[in-house]
Amino acid sequence: MTTMTVGTPVDKKRLGQTPLERQEGRFRRSLKRHSTPYLLGLVGIVWLLLLFVIPLISGLAVSLMTGNPEQGYTLTWNWSVYYDVFFNSGVSYGLFLWRALWYAAAATLVTIIIGFPMAYFIAFRVSQRWKNALLLLVALSFFVSFVIRTDMWAFVLSDQGPVLTVLRDLHLAGKDFHILGTSAAVIGGMAYNDLAFMVLPLYVALERIDPRLIEASADLYGNKTRTFTRVVLPLTRSGLFAGILLVFIDSAGDPVNASLLGGTHTYVIGQAIQDAYLTNQQYNVAAALSTVLMIVLGIILFVYARIAGTDNIEDLV
Amino acid sequence: MTTLASEGATALPDAATGIAHPAIAIHNVTKRFGDSIAVDDIDLQLAQGEFFALLGPSGCGKTTTLRMVGGFELPSLGNIYLDGRDVTMLPPYKRDVNTVFQSYALFPHLTVFDNVAFGLKRRKVPTGEIREKVERHLEMVGLAGYGKRRPLQLSGGQQQRVALARALVNEPKVLLLDEPMGALDAKIRKSMQLELKRIQREVGITFLYVTHDQNEAMSMADRLAVMNFGRTEDIGTPDRVYDRPATRFVAEFLGTCNVIAPETNGGVLRLPNGTGLEVDGVDGRLPEGASIGIRPEKLVVTRADVAGPVATTNAVRGTVVTATYLGASTEYDVRAPWGGILKAFAQNLADSSRARPGEDVVLTWDAAHAFVLAPSPEPTPLSAEKAEEQAAGVGGTSAQASGAGS
Repeated sequence: MTTMTVGTPVDKKRLGQTPLERQEGRFRRSLKRHSTPYLLGLVGIVWLLLLFVIPLISGLAVSLMTGNPEQGYTLTWNWSVYYDVFFNSGVSYGLFLWRALWYAAAATLVTIIIGFPMAYFIAFRVSQRWKNALLLLVALSFFVSFVIRTDMWAFVLSDQGPVLTVLRDLHLAGKDFHILGTSAAVIGGMAYNDLAFMVLPLYVALERIDPRLIEASADLYGNKTRTFTRVVLPLTRSGLFAGILLVFIDSAGDPVNASLLGGTHTYVIGQAIQDAYLTNQQYNVAAALSTVLMIVLGIILFVYARIAGTDNIEDLV
Repeated sequence: MTTLASEGATALPDAATGIAHPAIAIHNVTKRFGDSIAVDDIDLQLAQGEFFALLGPSGCGKTTTLRMVGGFELPSLGNIYLDGRDVTMLPPYKRDVNTVFQSYALFPHLTVFDNVAFGLKRRKVPTGEIREKVERHLEMVGLAGYGKRRPLQLSGGQQQRVALARALVNEPKVLLLDEPMGALDAKIRKSMQLELKRIQREVGITFLYVTHDQNEAMSMADRLAVMNFGRTEDIGTPDRVYDRPATRFVAEFLGTCNVIAPETNGGVLRLPNGTGLEVDGVDGRLPEGASIGIRPEKLVVTRADVAGPVATTNAVRGTVVTATYLGASTEYDVRAPWGGILKAFAQNLADSSRARPGEDVVLTWDAAHAFVLAPSPEPTPLSAEKAEEQAAGVGGTSAQASGAGS
């Protein structure tokens, strides 16, 4: 196939070239043609190898070590750690993992509920002049450090903070009503921090929809609800898919929201990994937990992609 | 309903057609966009089963008119009746009207079958009936067996057929077509014109067809309206509008036309050089600012050396400036004695009769072939401004211009 497109030797002879010139020209051209994509991809490949694959393998290796912080850890191929952390450790890591997944799912849902109307509004109802300003506003929260802005939230929602003070003064909240330390606070924090991850891909998908398609739906007896469910929503599927991916993954492994906004009842796997590593120096446990988290997320995303990411979702409905 | 129809009939400028129960009645409709007037007090009535074309240059208000019938724009003034029912304020999905959009607007996420079935599903037609209807209509537009494909896998012509089937399958009272052939190349366009006309006869649905291509309008339409600056300048059958156009704009938009400003001294019409001029139905008096039009193909070209004496009426002796040989015919530019250029198209019957540049010819014509051209009404200052803006913007942003208000 390739030689066909590059040009067969017979063709070259007819052009009056010597065999050497022909070979060299062919080699050079084929080198140019075939190596460019690889050269361009090289940076990314090296990046992934150095910063992703090697840490991944070393993380796996660390999880199979045994030992203690005083005498150090040695690789003993201790596969049973994956069983022990969940069933013999006395710590309910399974619950923390489950909690992290459900918080992440809830936060993702919240970002969809808040983010979809925002993206829709910016894409369809705002004049071209204001679009960029509003998109900047959406991304503006990224300008402040993630930890700082979460901590600011902790201040705003604290028992002595402005929100609860006002609510108590208006007698809308009792003395025992708290926001900080609840699951709602953690989910809210995750949704707040990741909202832009949902809005921006949704905006891109909505922006690409030809307004004539919405007119065509109306022309074909589709009222506003039908037009939305049958035309707009299916056409934003790729944006929704990307948004869910970004928000869910980011929230599932995040320890910051739970530790700053949550309490003892909102302890999640991200915090567990952090504490095992930094506080208890159980490097093998921390590594095993993060490997499990990664595999669980991988499976969830694979299943999700197979169901929602195919081109033929309409055939399933 | 009867009162409405009779009321509409009196308001119709083309009252001679006397439409009893119009499929669409557009009644004194005006549309303003901010300061500019896109459609200026239009009155139109379409008979049941009629193929009606709205013809005009870009920015004349024809697409806006269509979009108001479809429900995508609200008229600023006036009413639109569909089968006698006032639909002026109804949203598109409550109107028994379907549209074939300029860019087809097929749903890219749905198969061809589901695209065509979209309207039927929204109206809760039983599944079996949907299948039967969709397949019948796909067959009608020549796309049987294409149901499982996606719109992007089809050629432009095929996409257009899907758009047509998607609209027709709902059996609307009126089908609106917004320059549906704009994106097709000339060859496909010709065959689609014939096919569209066949389909229209077959289904018997009223078609309102918007185009800027006069050949397209004339070859398909039963009647057409020529629009300019938001107004209808002439409404009638294609041959009537071509042979007896109401205004100079209409005459020139539908084809080449020689326009002569005659002299009217002494109650007799004369050409600028004093030769007598007879026009059927004119007794020597013309309305203010009116001129006389003659189509180039109606002028009989005879070489001066074989013509004999020049007649005293409806004849001009002139010099050929250019002669363009087109195979079947030759197009002449002839300089008239008063300095103006007359265009004449002559069939190439015999080589010996053809004239060359520099030779003298005699042009003669029948009094029945000349017509009076009323001056085009002055555009409302605002709509003129808008048209100019659009005309200026046509080169770069044609899609935008036609989308917004052509």
